Amino acid sequence: MILRFPNRSDRAAKKAKRTDDVLAVHKTGDPDPSRKRRLVKDIVARRFMFGLTLVPGFLVFVMLFGLFWKARAILAVKPLGRLLLGTTWKPSQGEFGMLAFLAGTLAVTVVAMVIAVPISLLTAVYLSEYAPRRIRNAARPMIDLLAGLPSVVYGVWGVLMIVPLVAWAARLFGTYSSGYSILAGGIVLAIMVFPTIIHVSLEVFSSVSKDLRDAALSLGANRWEVAKKVVLRKSRHGIVAAVVLGLSRAFGETMAVLMVVGNIPRVPKSLFDAGYPLPALLANNYGEMMSVPLYDSALMLAALVLLLVVLAFNVAARMILVRAERTAGG
Amino acid sequence: MNEFRTHINIRGLNVRHGSLRILKDITLDIPDRRITVVVGPSGCGKTTLLKSLNRLLDPSEGLRIEGQILVDGEDIYGPDVEVTHIRRKMGLLSQKPQVLPMSIFDNVAFAPRIHGLREKRTLARTVEHYLRLAGLWEEVKDRLATPASQLSVGQQQRLCLARGLAAEPGIILGDEPTSALDPQSSKHVEQRLVDLKSDYTVVVVTHILRQAKRIADYVVFLYLGEVVEHGPAEKVFERPRDSRTRAYLTGEIS
Amino acid sequence: MRSRTAGRKTGRPKARRYGHVPGSRLDLLGRQSPGWWRRRKIQETAFKALMGLSLFLVAGCLVLIVATIVWKGLPALKLSMIFRTPQGGFYLGKEGGILNAILGSLYLAGGATLLALLLSLPIVLYINVYTGRRSRTADVIRFSFDVLWGVPSIVYGAFGFLFMVFIGLRTSLLAGIITVALLELPIMSRAMDEVVRLVPRDLTDAAYSLGATRLETAFRVVVRQTLPGILTAVLIAFGRGIGDAASVLFTAGFTDRVPTSLLQPAATLPLAIFFQLGTPFPEVRERAYASAAVLTILILAISLVSRAAVRKYSKHAIR
Repeated sequence: MILRFPNRSDRAAKKAKRTDDVLAVHKTGDPDPSRKRRLVKDIVARRFMFGLTLVPGFLVFVMLFGLFWKARAILAVKPLGRLLLGTTWKPSQGEFGMLAFLAGTLAVTVVAMVIAVPISLLTAVYLSEYAPRRIRNAARPMIDLLAGLPSVVYGVWGVLMIVPLVAWAARLFGTYSSGYSILAGGIVLAIMVFPTIIHVSLEVFSSVSKDLRDAALSLGANRWEVAKKVVLRKSRHGIVAAVVLGLSRAFGETMAVLMVVGNIPRVPKSLFDAGYPLPALLANNYGEMMSVPLYDSALMLAALVLLLVVLAFNVAARMILVRAERTAGG
Repeated sequence: MNEFRTHINIRGLNVRHGSLRILKDITLDIPDRRITVVVGPSGCGKTTLLKSLNRLLDPSEGLRIEGQILVDGEDIYGPDVEVTHIRRKMGLLSQKPQVLPMSIFDNVAFAPRIHGLREKRTLARTVEHYLRLAGLWEEVKDRLATPASQLSVGQQQRLCLARGLAAEPGIILGDEPTSALDPQSSKHVEQRLVDLKSDYTVVVVTHILRQAKRIADYVVFLYLGEVVEHGPAEKVFERPRDSRTRAYLTGEIS
Repeated sequence: MRSRTAGRKTGRPKARRYGHVPGSRLDLLGRQSPGWWRRRKIQETAFKALMGLSLFLVAGCLVLIVATIVWKGLPALKLSMIFRTPQGGFYLGKEGGILNAILGSLYLAGGATLLALLLSLPIVLYINVYTGRRSRTADVIRFSFDVLWGVPSIVYGAFGFLFMVFIGLRTSLLAGIITVALLELPIMSRAMDEVVRLVPRDLTDAAYSLGATRLETAFRVVVRQTLPGILTAVLIAFGRGIGDAASVLFTAGFTDRVPTSLLQPAATLPLAIFFQLGTPFPEVRERAYASAAVLTILILAISLVSRAAVRKYSKHAIR
């Protein structure tokens, strides 16, 4: 290997060489004197870069710790159970029951997943098994674009199109809704989650070899049967991971949902009710949090809960993917 | 001199990829219920020829296929032909055994199930029958529900054979079916193919000349996308007429 | 040529009958009902329709969103909006523009992307060039990035706020930059890592065998080879950073002025849109649509630029 620490014999050799150089006729382009400098640079850079690599690892812990530290204040005063399951949220009176927000988050996420998973999987199967190359190449950038649109833009569009749509749908069903509802939040969220599930699913599908598909085709199966019984089956772990990743994305999404969901702190009883997911709680109240005692601590607890849930989903999904890669089939 | 009835008739087959001609004007008759071996140096279109027989060539990847291939009298590239029906007539054995991601039983039962056979007892009987035919029954009979991926490579290839037979084809296509196997499994699979030829037309592609000499009844020598020579095995191997065939047989070109 | 149809009088191939040699064929499948085949076909057609519908839905959403925003927003967009900062009463419907937000966003996302780049590039190079093939460290780092990637931006915002308070910083451009840099870090690193990983060992081996140190190989060979990928990663992260609202909500503040120092609060486009949308005045809401159109066009432009840049810089890469 080229890189090794200069030892005594090296140094002696270098010293001898230097003397030779001084005595010898000056040779142009001799790289040796700079070699030591290059090696030193390399070692310094290596140490520095290694230091930097510690940052991401620490970051997670620092974040968890920081949020927990701030949340301590309220945890000392109120038991965790009451905080998570209490239904009264009146910070000015010292009531911090977060059930409504947890319920709101859950409701919006479930609606979003129910809509997003079938559509995303069907799209991914189509792109992977049926679509001619031109459509596939055209679809890829479109999916990336969908993923790149900012949350506020989704929010604005949601207000423009989805909220009136839901209000109209509510009339059809005989109830009244302003349109700002769990359903609206779920629909917008579902669209935001499409690219995540599609992208990961496509990756997993592409790892199924063409030969395997050919083998099934040569048994007389049609393409749908191959997709259903071979590709989807072989990729089932990856699909679960894709869905879990989508779930984690849905959980943490803030702005778009906030703009269409109504922000009324009550446990939602129907799709057309307004809700108030956890991220929206954080976003809406940062202004007041310093003025009411324990408010900031409560909000940081909420942030901590959010972080833990999302982390759990993410880690689970990654582990599923890793295990799927390792077993590779069967 | 043996006289062969023909099962597959290829007329003027041309396969192009863009401006590159992979197969040039192939005209060939594959004899019925014999083992036909297609030999030739690698990259000369042997696999393409095989895949054109069961219509696994993908037109969307820019391949253009011209010509006629008649199986049992019908042109498999005809406009009204149902592709899955054609494919079922030909069982494919790939170079690397492709086991489906399911149990051993489900692998063999895959084709029968798809084609409408659902009754449990009949299925079990079918699976056992074809596993015996492939010479695998004794080894797996008490673990039919275990995943097929747990079998050894040689066993997997025999499973693929059983699975392909369960689709009740009339023709078995083999794309270098033993090149990924150890010598013992190779011999086993070869023997199975020889045993089966009394009921099935077998077309095998191989680059192992010795294997070809062992099992072939009819030989087709494919070089650079063209059929250089074809005929009964002893004729082609012992008295080749084309100089290129001679060069290949002596190992000059490979 | 010898007769190819030896044994037959005409050239027509004989129609086939499967011989009933006992023991080999079971011939069960031929007897199945034709209705079964039709069922299979119907199932496939039905699902094909559903799949096509799904794709149409997904693509349609993209088109619909962009079209709606642009259609609603462009008419309300006057050139003066882009080049002026809000004058008094802007949020009540009076004069002004969103220059504060546009420049604020550019400064903030630009600074954050730069900061993230300074951190990402060395780390990604380290785990790909300096560590071995199956390095524990590399796995841990990649796992950390994966974990960080999923953290919601509001949590970064909350943490950024805590950090800000901790070091005594007020809502400012700097606080925003740090927070968004944290947000962009995993995104940029992951995208970069995916490209840098693909550099073949042979290439780096060739460099080593010429006497290059790992540092030199990293910067002169690997970076040059993966430049398009790195660029794409940077642009993706930039796009994400400029569009995010939740992370700057707590940390960058909002102001009507264009920030002239790092310690001043900075307005951002996403927040400008959000605030404008929240007013009861329809004219201001119109401006929100216009601002949204500006942001959307900006994101689309970044996307196009990144694709073009990839094509341009790919000429050095070895395929």
